Amino acid sequence: MENHNEPLYLYPVWIRFWHILNALLCLTLIITGLSIQFSNPTITVKFSAAVAIHNVAGVLLSLNYIIFFLGNLFTKNGAYYVIEVNGFFQRMKTQFYHYTMGVFKKENAPFPVTEHLKFNPLQQFSYVVIMYFVMTLVILSGIGLLYPEITINSLLGISGLDYTDLLHLTSGFLVTLFMCIHIYFCTFGKTTLSNFKSIINGYH
Amino acid sequence: MMYRANIRPAWVVLVLLLCFAIAWGLAKTSNSDGTGKLTDKQASHENLDLTKFKNSEANEQCLKCHGQSKYAYENPESQKIVHKRMYTELIIKRDEFYVSNHRGFKCTDCHSEDYGTFPHSGNLRMESKANCLDCHGGDEKYAKFQFEKIDSNFMASVHSQKHSQDFTCWMCHNPHTYKINARTNENLKETITYDNLICLNCHSDITKYELLTDKQKPNILVKHEWLPNQAVHFINVRCIECHALNKDTLIVAHLIAPKNLAVKKCESCHAKNSILYASLFKYQVQENIKKQGWFKGLFLSETATIGPDQNNTLNVISLAILSFTILVILTHAIIRIQKSH
Repeated sequence: MENHNEPLYLYPVWIRFWHILNALLCLTLIITGLSIQFSNPTITVKFSAAVAIHNVAGVLLSLNYIIFFLGNLFTKNGAYYVIEVNGFFQRMKTQFYHYTMGVFKKENAPFPVTEHLKFNPLQQFSYVVIMYFVMTLVILSGIGLLYPEITINSLLGISGLDYTDLLHLTSGFLVTLFMCIHIYFCTFGKTTLSNFKSIINGYH
Repeated sequence: MMYRANIRPAWVVLVLLLCFAIAWGLAKTSNSDGTGKLTDKQASHENLDLTKFKNSEANEQCLKCHGQSKYAYENPESQKIVHKRMYTELIIKRDEFYVSNHRGFKCTDCHSEDYGTFPHSGNLRMESKANCLDCHGGDEKYAKFQFEKIDSNFMASVHSQKHSQDFTCWMCHNPHTYKINARTNENLKETITYDNLICLNCHSDITKYELLTDKQKPNILVKHEWLPNQAVHFINVRCIECHALNKDTLIVAHLIAPKNLAVKKCESCHAKNSILYASLFKYQVQENIKKQGWFKGLFLSETATIGPDQNNTLNVISLAILSFTILVILTHAIIRIQKSH
């Protein structure tokens, strides 16, 4: 059971720095990305400004990603992302039941946050998919669009730029979906805002 | 004891990245010829040296008069030297001729040997002139230039259809100055200007325009008033991009279409299906870097693949998925709020 009396120091400074910057950059990239995709300045940002902001934010996001990647490779924080395969599907089902039914019955969380278990199985799965795979795709395809000469010329008669573009859009869209869901699930703390406070002060 | 299998995502990503880098390297290597860059075999203006052209001595006999705006001859009756002006159309620009593709020919390879005597006989005006296919048709050496295809496209073009025999290759391509351009010139701006000047040669010059038609010459600027950023388009786009049917594989399209078939929709070029967009985008990025430097040109440019991904089906699907997600979140939130009270 959760120990409500002793706040856990779960988010060291580098994680908070990385996470807040990552969140702001993702939001910026989504908004300017929509402007570029639909090139409609009346609903979002002026096209030329959107392109420049998107490029700069994209580069910053990529650099920030290096912090995340190396940080998790060389500090113990990486252990939270290691998926234990045995029984993982069953644990995800348990967590899914909690989110869809249990939470309404005010049942306790099946995988409460501890020093050794920061993420519940569904969080762990989605964070690994988004941060390790989708982010890599969005960054690589972004580099491809920024410097199109490095993309392959053609595959099956279609320009490599087309594939790169489609990959960037799809992975960007998945990040957008993740953002919506992630922000909503952040309201599942002790109070609606407590998780948002945690990522600022570091204590869960 | 049960075996405990763990997935360490950081290492998985590193391995996948390595595989990707190898696959990309292989793909780039096998694609390296895809751009099909052709070598420039042309002599440049700087290297102009008359002695290296095998027929320059014979040709200079003609260019003595036809290579300048005036000529002189001795009148055998009055024994006086007479100075005359050369008709503009009969002047061959020496500098341009000696860098043109036909620079190695003798004038009399195409024109009558009788031009060797002066004054020229009046009958020589009636000589029939060769056209491109007379020399280039059916020749393996010129197969890659697709002269036959150019000819059939030209025959179907509005120029040929409306003016039949009057409109020949020479209307656009001066045989004395013609120099292969689109295939060899790496400066795209120069190619665009070169090609557009071919059109403007008649379409902005009433005296030439009137040779073929009694119609009043349209004002190109007024006719294109509907075009956004007209000046930018005129500098950066060839006339034939919109006025010729680009359905074939010719580098330079010759099927000039009637004006009602001209491209008028922005998305024809600024959209996914544009045959131009990928190469234009790559070119633009390189130009930006060249002009504004690596940082500013690459990151702060306005270049983006606008529209190519404007696939309506994908837009609808993604909007549906996003709406569904938000709907589920809202429903969940509402039930949560209700249950908490």
